[in-house]
Amino acid sequence: MDSIGGATRTALGLITGGDPTLAGIVALSLGVSLSAVTFATILGLPLGAAVAVGRFPGRHAIIVLLNALMGLPPVVVGLAIYLLLSRAGPLGSLGLLFTPGAMVIAQTVLIVPIIAALSRQAVEDAWREYEEQLRSLGAGGFGAALTVLWDIRFSLLTIVLAGLGRAVAEVGAVIIVGGNIDGVTRVMTTAIALETSKGDLPLALGLGIVLISIVIALNAAAYFVKEAAQRRYG
Amino acid sequence: MILPLELVRVAYRDIIKPLSISIDAGPTTIILGANGAGKSVLMRLMHGLLAPTGGQVFWKERDLSRARRLQAMVFQRPVMLRRSALGNLLYALEVAAVPAAQREGTALQALEEVGLKHLAQRPARVLSGGEQQRLALARAWALHPEVLFLDEPTASLDPTASREIEAVIRAFDGAGTKIVMATHNLAQARRLGDEVIYLHQGRVLERTPADQFFSQPASAEAAAFIKGELPWA
Repeated sequence: MDSIGGATRTALGLITGGDPTLAGIVALSLGVSLSAVTFATILGLPLGAAVAVGRFPGRHAIIVLLNALMGLPPVVVGLAIYLLLSRAGPLGSLGLLFTPGAMVIAQTVLIVPIIAALSRQAVEDAWREYEEQLRSLGAGGFGAALTVLWDIRFSLLTIVLAGLGRAVAEVGAVIIVGGNIDGVTRVMTTAIALETSKGDLPLALGLGIVLISIVIALNAAAYFVKEAAQRRYG
Repeated sequence: MILPLELVRVAYRDIIKPLSISIDAGPTTIILGANGAGKSVLMRLMHGLLAPTGGQVFWKERDLSRARRLQAMVFQRPVMLRRSALGNLLYALEVAAVPAAQREGTALQALEEVGLKHLAQRPARVLSGGEQQRLALARAWALHPEVLFLDEPTASLDPTASREIEAVIRAFDGAGTKIVMATHNLAQARRLGDEVIYLHQGRVLERTPADQFFSQPASAEAAAFIKGELPWA
């Protein structure tokens, strides 16, 4: 028990004192995950919207697939990206393995299905409600789709934040493709795993506190944005 | 004028059996029938939201985009965007390619017409059901349609809100807009209708002036419907 108390005190000291190692790890974590969520949104949102609104053969299969891929195990994604990027792999010549770039790719792959599947559901529900009215007003096709996306932008933001939460808390994929190299590819989750096994509990605990705080802050942001929008726009 | 509207042997799956009917300017037309008679589907075929599976729909106005712009529809449940009441009207005017400089004036005038000007800046979706339906009518009003389709516009409203809606519908009629309204509410049909198209299981059983329809319906089904009996029981 004493070690937990002591470790927590030291951890809080690291956080409040702005320890450069801890700050660097947190910054890299956020950089990687924010990049991944940006790419995943660029890919996943239009994909989800297209599947929601479009009518084409194989649509149901894609919906089932996207929903299933939401639960993709990070280590499996890590392994797949590792095989692609390894020296002998098809994309080995890019030299991305064990770089932050590889981590961004792995996390992007991990959260594209989440953003696509959740936005598919949100857009489909809204589309069902709006479609006839918009067509009656003379809005059709792409313009109508943009109107609907803009109308549910706060729900979509919540979805993006859910993706970010998943990315920043994930360890399996980044540890395989990043390699957990000190100062290069060491992020919060991989550092926690390493420091815990090394016995450096204060740093692990400090990172854990920061990580949980970030996840809680993201969820709080998502919740309050949605609430405020609900009050403001109904 | 985009009217008359001609439906020539129009069918939709097994919901609407092939029927030919003409809708012309002037008297308020009520499409009457029990639930499931095909009223909503018939209106959507007229308005162009559904493509017929048989037959054809013709407007006198051959420029279809122009014909579409000069008709509006108000649904049973109003669908409002997450914007202000005014914002919803401005959106409709923008889609209808009304010049930007005219939009706000037109929209405010339409809100005034339905008695909602004081709520112009309110978020549309927090308005009451009756207010939202009046807002839907204002949105239609702003577009100055020649034809207004109404699909059971008061079905989910209380009597007070329904009366307000009916007042706005009369104002449309007074301004020369052709009203085509689907309802299963006999009292409302009596109050608003000039002529009745009686629909039963996807067929037009009769089309008669409202007075005559209510006093001496031609078909046994319509007579039973008026008496409040279920024709299929």
